[in-house]
Amino acid sequence: MKTETSAVNIDRSKGDFFYPEAHVRDAGAGLSERTVRYISDVKEDPDWVREFRLRGLKTFLEKPLPTHWASKDLEAIDFDKIRYYLSPGTETKRSWEEVPDDIKRTFERLGIPEQERKFLAGVEAQFDSEAVYSNIKKAVGEQGVIFVGSTEGLKNYPEIFRKWFGKVIPIADNKFSALNSAVFSGGSFIYVPPGVKVKHPLQAYFRINAENFGQFERTLIIADEGSEVTYMEGCTAPKFNTPTLHSAVVELVALKGAKIQYITVQNWASNVFNLVTKRGLAQENAEVKWIDCNIGSRLTMKYPSVIMKGRKARGEVLSIALANDGQHQDTGAKMIHAADETTSNIISKSISIGKGRATYRGLVHVPKHLKNCKNNTECDALLINSTSRTDTYPAITVRGTGNAVQHEASVSQVSAEQIFYMQQRGLSEAQAMSLSVNGFVNDLVRQFPMEYSVELKRLIELEMEGSVG
Amino acid sequence: MPVPRLSRCLWRPMRFCLSLLARVQAANWTLGLYHGVGRNPPAPRSSDTKRARDSREPNRSQICRSDVYLLFAFMNELNIENLHIAVNGQEIVRGLTLRVPRGEVHALMGPNGSGKSTLAKVLAGHPDYQVTAGRVLMDGENLLELEPDERARRGLFLAFQYPSEIPGVTIANFLRAALQSRVPEGEELEATDYYAKLYEKMELLGMDRSFTSRAVNEGFSGGEKKRAEILQLAMLEPKYAVLDETDSGLDIDALKTVAHGVNSLRGPDLGILLITHYQRLLNYIVPDYVHVMVGGRIVRSGRKELALELEERGYDWAREGAVEPAFR
Ligand SMILES: Nc1ncnc2c1ncn2[C@@H]1O[C@H](COP(=O)(O)OP(=O)(O)OP(=O)(O)O)[C@@H](O)[C@H]1O
Ligand SMILES: [Mg+2]
Repeated sequence: MKTETSAVNIDRSKGDFFYPEAHVRDAGAGLSERTVRYISDVKEDPDWVREFRLRGLKTFLEKPLPTHWASKDLEAIDFDKIRYYLSPGTETKRSWEEVPDDIKRTFERLGIPEQERKFLAGVEAQFDSEAVYSNIKKAVGEQGVIFVGSTEGLKNYPEIFRKWFGKVIPIADNKFSALNSAVFSGGSFIYVPPGVKVKHPLQAYFRINAENFGQFERTLIIADEGSEVTYMEGCTAPKFNTPTLHSAVVELVALKGAKIQYITVQNWASNVFNLVTKRGLAQENAEVKWIDCNIGSRLTMKYPSVIMKGRKARGEVLSIALANDGQHQDTGAKMIHAADETTSNIISKSISIGKGRATYRGLVHVPKHLKNCKNNTECDALLINSTSRTDTYPAITVRGTGNAVQHEASVSQVSAEQIFYMQQRGLSEAQAMSLSVNGFVNDLVRQFPMEYSVELKRLIELEMEGSVG
Repeated sequence: MPVPRLSRCLWRPMRFCLSLLARVQAANWTLGLYHGVGRNPPAPRSSDTKRARDSREPNRSQICRSDVYLLFAFMNELNIENLHIAVNGQEIVRGLTLRVPRGEVHALMGPNGSGKSTLAKVLAGHPDYQVTAGRVLMDGENLLELEPDERARRGLFLAFQYPSEIPGVTIANFLRAALQSRVPEGEELEATDYYAKLYEKMELLGMDRSFTSRAVNEGFSGGEKKRAEILQLAMLEPKYAVLDETDSGLDIDALKTVAHGVNSLRGPDLGILLITHYQRLLNYIVPDYVHVMVGGRIVRSGRKELALELEERGYDWAREGAVEPAFR
């Protein structure tokens, strides 16, 4: 199969394959102190990380599943059957030639090396638990930009890493951030020095290849004063019969005047539980922007957040969620205003197909003592079938004077008349539906980088084709 | 599913040939009946020598010519035979017979609720309606067993009385997707040619270029919607077009522009069924034939003068003239 050249080759026809496992390191099934220690030993963790992991485990075991507000489906995760660490036991390579053949084959099939040559400033490729490849363009590296796996980051750059690690998202933030803290492996560490503007995106690609597996990457991005960086992540996994768990933690730190744009397009197979905690910290005049596209998975729970800690900080979440038959996209955003004149913007669009279910949860918090803060929230839901479902739970607490909040929500349905109209012009039912879905997300997608909007459009088309007889 | 599709593929041409044979054989004796009540009227145009549609006793050479004509016409017309349509168990169209050959414009008039739009939507394949009897052939092919999009791609166009709005999808993208659906798989529509054609047709219809980037029909005024329908007609170049009250909602100038647009599309390759309430439109788009539909049936057919007479005398007069169809 020839791979195509687009930004994130993660359509299911490409993602749904796997090669036999050849893991040298395997923590086995189930989670205990032994598992955590095994991971620490294999990774040769420094003491503070060992301790951090054990605290994570303790918190995870103590905390109940959040089923009092979230989906009961979480109970279907059998934490004792999951394998928490799998790796080929090789170092992260700097050139594709050195990557073991079977793994290289996977990423070539997904088109990663090709995209790297074309338009990326750097790439990291993670296979199950570990980064197998990571490299950045020479010119970018020479500017002092660091882009490595998290394991390498915590070992080689402890001064910067330790200062921020676990600070934006504490261990006890939620049950799954605690789980990640206990068994995290892989993910990226990025540092951009003051004033450096990384022109091209840095990309990470997360690939699950093994069955009964949990992927727990941990990403930390620090943009120093006045710097700018765009990070893109793509994820796929083949479709296995048993549930797979993906539970990442992503922390962003934008120092004074810095800008971070974090783009996710994920297309998980429909057996993946995708429970991810993402939060950014924006200092004075800094900007954190999440672009989050969730396609696939059995249950996604993800609410990218921004804490606006410095004056005039800005936070933005643009998200698209597509819930197909048997899927639940429980997504949203949190905006925590913690300084004067901070502004936040949330635009969320969800599409429910068949018996698919999309839930929006939004939290906007502006405390009483703040002045001139602004929030704009728009959440629109599109229902494709009469069996589709959408729910909106906005929680907006805006106090104080001179703070403004604007909230708009809409639910629309693709009508039979619209489909018939489009069919009368020659479009098949699936084409008609994907056109209306694309129309629905159009004004939002226009704000995405080109490569991503093209890819997203194609993914939506594929998804609609699959959902119509 | 490859199996039923394959059998359908074979079945269609076979049945086509069979029915063709039957037709030609039946030509001799049908000829007289062909112009009976409920059929298209006999008056031939002077220019139309090929069509010996004459109810006089045909001589031998005429029969031969008619045979050829029938063979030819059969392949180049929209043929609605004894069509019955019901919705929720209630019959709306009750034995409607009508032939629209390519190259002709047939006006269809009738009081509110007589079933004109129902007919139009059924031709296009609307899922809400049940065809309880009769058949429709487009160029000899059974239209009613095709999906709506297949009918469209094979050359049927419907300008809707109430066009749908498609939020977020621009006219340019919509028409492009529609045209793309007509080119063979793997081929890409030529973008520059496409835009050149789009702008040319918009100019023809007096539409501002800014319309291309507006979402299909969203927030359009009534007249703009109708104009956009004709733009789509012009772009998609169908073989048969059903225009359902395209004139309603148009101001006098717009009516002229749209009529001019439709007229410029007239030609031997396009058959038009023009549904309207107003004789005024027919001054601009002069029909070859006029049919009057009352209570789900055609009660009168005639040349363009019929519209004038109808305006003068009203539908009651038309109804009085109704005779039960010669056969069903
Ligand atoms: N989907 C439907 N459900 C129920 N009744 C319908 C439906 N469609 C049409 N009808 C009924 O069928 C009859 C014919 O309607 P139709 O729209 O075809 O009339 P028309 O001739 O186009 O009228 P007008 O000149 O007002 O456009 C009307 O009585 C209408 O109420
Ligand atoms: Mg009507």
